[in-house]
Amino acid sequence: MRGFLRFWYDFIVGDDWTIALGVVLALGVTALLVHGGMTSVWWLLPLAVAIGLSWSVLRAAKQRP
Amino acid sequence: MRDVFLFLAGFLACSVEMVEALTIVLAVGVTRGWRSTIVGVGVATLALAVVIAALGPALTAIPIDALRAVVGGLLLIFGLQWLRKAILRAGGAKARHDEERIYNEEVVAARAARSEVHAGLDWYSFTVAFKGVFLEGLEVAFIVVTFGSNQHNVGLAALSAVSALVVVLAVGLVVHAPLSRVPENTMKFAVGAMLTTFGIFWGGEGAGVAWPGNDAAIPAVLAFVVGLALALVVVVRRQHASVAGGAGGAGGAGPPRAVAR
Repeated sequence: MRGFLRFWYDFIVGDDWTIALGVVLALGVTALLVHGGMTSVWWLLPLAVAIGLSWSVLRAAKQRP
Repeated sequence: MRDVFLFLAGFLACSVEMVEALTIVLAVGVTRGWRSTIVGVGVATLALAVVIAALGPALTAIPIDALRAVVGGLLLIFGLQWLRKAILRAGGAKARHDEERIYNEEVVAARAARSEVHAGLDWYSFTVAFKGVFLEGLEVAFIVVTFGSNQHNVGLAALSAVSALVVVLAVGLVVHAPLSRVPENTMKFAVGAMLTTFGIFWGGEGAGVAWPGNDAAIPAVLAFVVGLALALVVVVRRQHASVAGGAGGAGGAGPPRAVAR
């Protein structure tokens, strides 16, 4: 059971859990803004991707000199 | 436009995973014999077909906006993880995925393993081949099924996977040993960029966003993702070169040629 859960965690979340969390948060915030009437927030996801990917990559690069 | 991206994304994703699976299968087959290895590949393929048949109808029953949000989110997570690894490898901060080394390690492990023959099968060969094909194929199956269901074109997604299978098998037959000539990091970079692009686009649509120009926004999102990734490769290479004491960053400031291996 532990191995089964581990497999799915590695399969879906991967090496950096903060990316998965960031994606869920960005989608959630986008959906909230759209349902609040702001349908033109198309820029929010690309911006979140730029910030999240840059942060994750640069952090990993520092840890593996 | 979407169909072209759908085919390319499916083809590249499947190619990358097939290269990994084929490396394992070739190592075991060449070292311990082909009969049990091929049976393992066949059983894994059947198991994958069952998973795809079970997942497909379940996904099509979900409302399209919810499906797009969930699938977009998952693709975005997958794509960003692939892209992150490809950037770190291209920037020199992470070891490249070395198919030749993996092949040699598999050969050594296969030679060292005891021969356990039951029911006419060498269970080591069967198990290793099964695991290699099933696990690598599962990721592709997931991507193909979600892409296909979301675009209401499972047939095209499946065609892209089959095309990749044919191409990789043909390459495997020609090189017949380490698949190190296949530029895997380049393919992973491309797949990561495409999955991230679709993830952003579908995730946004699922959340209710109105994209400027509708489908025409896809190439613009792709250009943004590729530009961001290439910029990060340059930054990582500079950072890596300076940390490694590379004589004032020599070799780290040029274009990210490492992406193209």
